[in-house]
Amino acid sequence: MLDVLGQPVKRHEDDRLIRGKGQYTDDIRLPGMVYAHMVRSPHAHAKIKAIDIKAAQALPGVLAVFVGDDLKDSVGMIPTAWIPPNADMKMTPHPALAYDTVRYVGDGVAVVIAEDPYTASDAADLVRVTYAPLEAMTHPRDAMGPDKPLVHQEISDNVAFHWSVGENLDEVFASSEVVVRQEFRQQRLIPSAMEPRSAVAQYNAATEELTLWATTQNPHIHRFLMSGILGIPEHKLRVVAIDVGGGFGSKIACYPDEVVVAYASRALGRPVKWTETRQENFIATSHGRDHVHEVELAGTRDGDIKAIRVKAFSNLGAYLSTAAPGVPTILFGLVVNGAYKIPQASVDVYGVVTHTTPVDAYRGAGRPEATYLIERMVDLYARKLAMDPVQVRRRNLIPKESFPYTNPMGLEYDSGNYQGTLDKALQLVDYPQFRREQEALRKQGKYIGIGFSTYVEMCGLGPSEVAGAVGFQGGLWESATVRVHPTGKVTVFTGASPHGQGEETTFAQIVSHELGIPVEDIEVVHGDTARIAMGWGTYGSRSTVVGGAALHNATQKIIAKATKIAAHKLEVSELDVTFEAGQFRVAGVPDRGMSFANVALDAYLAWSLPEGVEPALEETAFYNPKNFTYPFGAHVAIVSVDATTGDVELMRYIAVDDVGNIINPMIVEGQIHGGLVQGIGQALYEGAEFDDQGQLVTGSFLDYAMPKARFFPRFETDHTVTPSPHNPLGVKGVGETGAIASTPAVVNAVLDALAPFGIRDLNMPLTSKKVWTAIQERGGI
Amino acid sequence: MRTAPFEYHRAHDIDDALEWLTRDGDREVKILAGGHSLLPLMKLKLATPTVLLDVQGVSELKGVTMEPGWIRIGALSRYVDLTRDPTVAEALPLLSQVAATVADMQVRNRGTIGGSLCHADPQADIPAAVLALDGRLIVVGPRGERRMTLDEFIVAPFLTVLEPTEILSAVEFPIPSGPQQSVYLKRPHPASGYPIVGVAITANVPTPGHLSNVRVVVGGMGSKAYRAYATESTLNEKELSPETLRQAAEVAITEAQLSDDADVPYHSQLIRTYVERALHRLYGGVA
Repeated sequence: MLDVLGQPVKRHEDDRLIRGKGQYTDDIRLPGMVYAHMVRSPHAHAKIKAIDIKAAQALPGVLAVFVGDDLKDSVGMIPTAWIPPNADMKMTPHPALAYDTVRYVGDGVAVVIAEDPYTASDAADLVRVTYAPLEAMTHPRDAMGPDKPLVHQEISDNVAFHWSVGENLDEVFASSEVVVRQEFRQQRLIPSAMEPRSAVAQYNAATEELTLWATTQNPHIHRFLMSGILGIPEHKLRVVAIDVGGGFGSKIACYPDEVVVAYASRALGRPVKWTETRQENFIATSHGRDHVHEVELAGTRDGDIKAIRVKAFSNLGAYLSTAAPGVPTILFGLVVNGAYKIPQASVDVYGVVTHTTPVDAYRGAGRPEATYLIERMVDLYARKLAMDPVQVRRRNLIPKESFPYTNPMGLEYDSGNYQGTLDKALQLVDYPQFRREQEALRKQGKYIGIGFSTYVEMCGLGPSEVAGAVGFQGGLWESATVRVHPTGKVTVFTGASPHGQGEETTFAQIVSHELGIPVEDIEVVHGDTARIAMGWGTYGSRSTVVGGAALHNATQKIIAKATKIAAHKLEVSELDVTFEAGQFRVAGVPDRGMSFANVALDAYLAWSLPEGVEPALEETAFYNPKNFTYPFGAHVAIVSVDATTGDVELMRYIAVDDVGNIINPMIVEGQIHGGLVQGIGQALYEGAEFDDQGQLVTGSFLDYAMPKARFFPRFETDHTVTPSPHNPLGVKGVGETGAIASTPAVVNAVLDALAPFGIRDLNMPLTSKKVWTAIQERGGI
Repeated sequence: MRTAPFEYHRAHDIDDALEWLTRDGDREVKILAGGHSLLPLMKLKLATPTVLLDVQGVSELKGVTMEPGWIRIGALSRYVDLTRDPTVAEALPLLSQVAATVADMQVRNRGTIGGSLCHADPQADIPAAVLALDGRLIVVGPRGERRMTLDEFIVAPFLTVLEPTEILSAVEFPIPSGPQQSVYLKRPHPASGYPIVGVAITANVPTPGHLSNVRVVVGGMGSKAYRAYATESTLNEKELSPETLRQAAEVAITEAQLSDDADVPYHSQLIRTYVERALHRLYGGVA
């Protein structure tokens, strides 16, 4: 049998997903099921003066209309699950349905439950809410201060926390040869998973159990939090996410709608389904990014970076979402030095609440923001010194001899060969030739540019001790159970909760490699708290790194036990038994052996087991990683800018990544492509905008430019392999690398193309109009 | 329901359809063709017709027919038909080309030329083609048939002269005599795919390097697709050169009809650029 580890095995899950046979939450049909429709605030900030539900209640088919006052004594506030230490963080009480005050356009104020979804929608239109609109704040820096309209009376200046890391660098900057300063806007992004959010709740009065099917990346975290909110103990609460159609961070959070359907099912004794429309997804599912960064870099005239200092204003939206406080702090501030041996760094983060949709993790979550600012600053520093940006990178990249490397914030980068990926990328682009061509074209009035991003990121979240130290209100280990059936077939139960990443395939590959059985004989079960004892879900590029490692360890326990049983059966010492390619053999006697399946059968029959060995063949491992993993790479974007229209064309994109050992190169490739598209989307196309009243101006795909396949050239990808030394599989995370690396590569390329016009920086997205206007402001072509 | 309540009727033929339209003056009857503009509006409750009259079975509204000097395209012709019909491709390549740029395959498989014209979305592609090809819209109603140009038909954004009792039945186009060149250059919005600007040009080519009967149409920018008459004058019967094309594009800015919320400098620049580039494409074909 071919060893499938490292092979491009086709994705097991694709057959059902592509043929429409997947089971998404909205596919759930239960006898007696009724439907919820939310009534949402059209105002960003208003007092609720009155809610008239009579007309809605009177519509035939309507079972109930609930408002905030109905729920507030029955269900608790929705908490945040990340409390950064020493940040003086204030909570933002988040009711499942607003009462008294609404705080963003989309804030739920009532829910209609009806026999069918259309009646529920019609009735929702009949709910009359009288509002007294108030002034709204949408921008983080503007919202700070005591004299501003407050989002929560509990937070007197709209600053929910102030988190810092690093030392005072005033003297370093005062005595530095060169200082570069720049402000960056990390615009707000709308994750836009293909599957909108959905939830189905079924309360069983006989058993007092509540089952919640939900679009979640982390069912066990949902159970944990929902248990507290609903007052239903965890052993009476089951959370299920069978197929989830993408999340990108937007399905980490515990949402009001999920609490509402759970409440309604218990109140009415009927299963209740809610599925958002795409319009609701735009306003009521968490957004990403939205920071303002004031950045300073200190360096020598020779090109050695000495210090980086960042003041960040993070827009958290109206309520602190589940993971929100960790994103602009821990996941951002600890890695602002990027892949460079910068001796000193300091980061100050103001987490600000505003009258906008809550912001939470979005692919990369904090690390794209950090990578963007350092990669942009390196380019600006190079420009100030009139040095080549590649040369500055080479001088400052952490050399491969320095690993493990401790960065100024105390993180230990596990392994790396940063120059290696840069070398490989430069070979692929023929850099000297590009510069010659660029020079020649500029003389003809044509503008091409090249941009680099030599990134590193922290992922594979993560050591639970660190989680605790940085205020994450959970563990970050992972579980895996390997159940070998009497016929030798295997069911794997993982606490990771893949929702598009392909772990049903990669995890089967790991087991196939270890146990020597075909991938077809392995089923990977995930996303159900009743079937999987515990787990922490899928985000932060952790599933294969942490969940895969747990799975690897569980297979080793299986092999150890099976070896004992085989030795007993073969009447030799355990030490004389070898296990390879699914066969147990007696060393030196090649024709004496037994198959893995036969050992499994013996384990279950238990007619003759060695002394002290229990029947059956099932093992569970809990893996708590020793460190994060630090994938890295060198990305290069080549663009041309049409100065006549401001159009940016991405001509080539080269991504050389090192994600450690690769289990399935096709899936790794897919993850990189997906990440690139999202990262480049931020650079060139996407951006959520609110008007002064807090209305989302980009509230549909008519205005919000989700990138299309035709916007991109064929991506050129390559790899180096530097295994993670602390992870049993030697793997590093890959799910977020593309989104982290690509944004600054593309922006650097555009600004390189625009260098002859003296344009230093532009805010993303680099739309044609913005680029053209900038060229005009500097005298045009 | 997501839409407001409505009755649904399927018209058998054009007389049946007209009867439905005139039956009861109090009811708002909307004609359903491809549905790709109307149904989204109904789901948003921005359109709340009380009767939806499905004309997709009306054979008089279908098909492409050649008449001496004219080609008649039934209002129910879907975009995909316009891209695939060999008669259209031969006689009116511009219309095929424009239809192929509309939205995506799913929309092109359903949406109709008549639906697009009656919807009168200022950002639609089809009106620019109809204006450039000098199409005549044929409207039938209780008092018989009337024919009009696109400029006469579309009054303002989302507003036409179509009476509630009338149906757009077809669009007729003159078959160009002699060699004609045409081009459509569109700049799709990165989000919606609608044209930010779409420039359609048709011209006769009496001798190489010369144009006559030039029609330059700009769509997507203003309240409706418009002819750039002054631009046309700079090209008609002139000897073409890159310089004359550049000058024509400059003139196009002076007669630009921009919407109220336009970014004037940038949108003017787009008109200039797209007119010039469209002309270059046309010029490349005639030089």
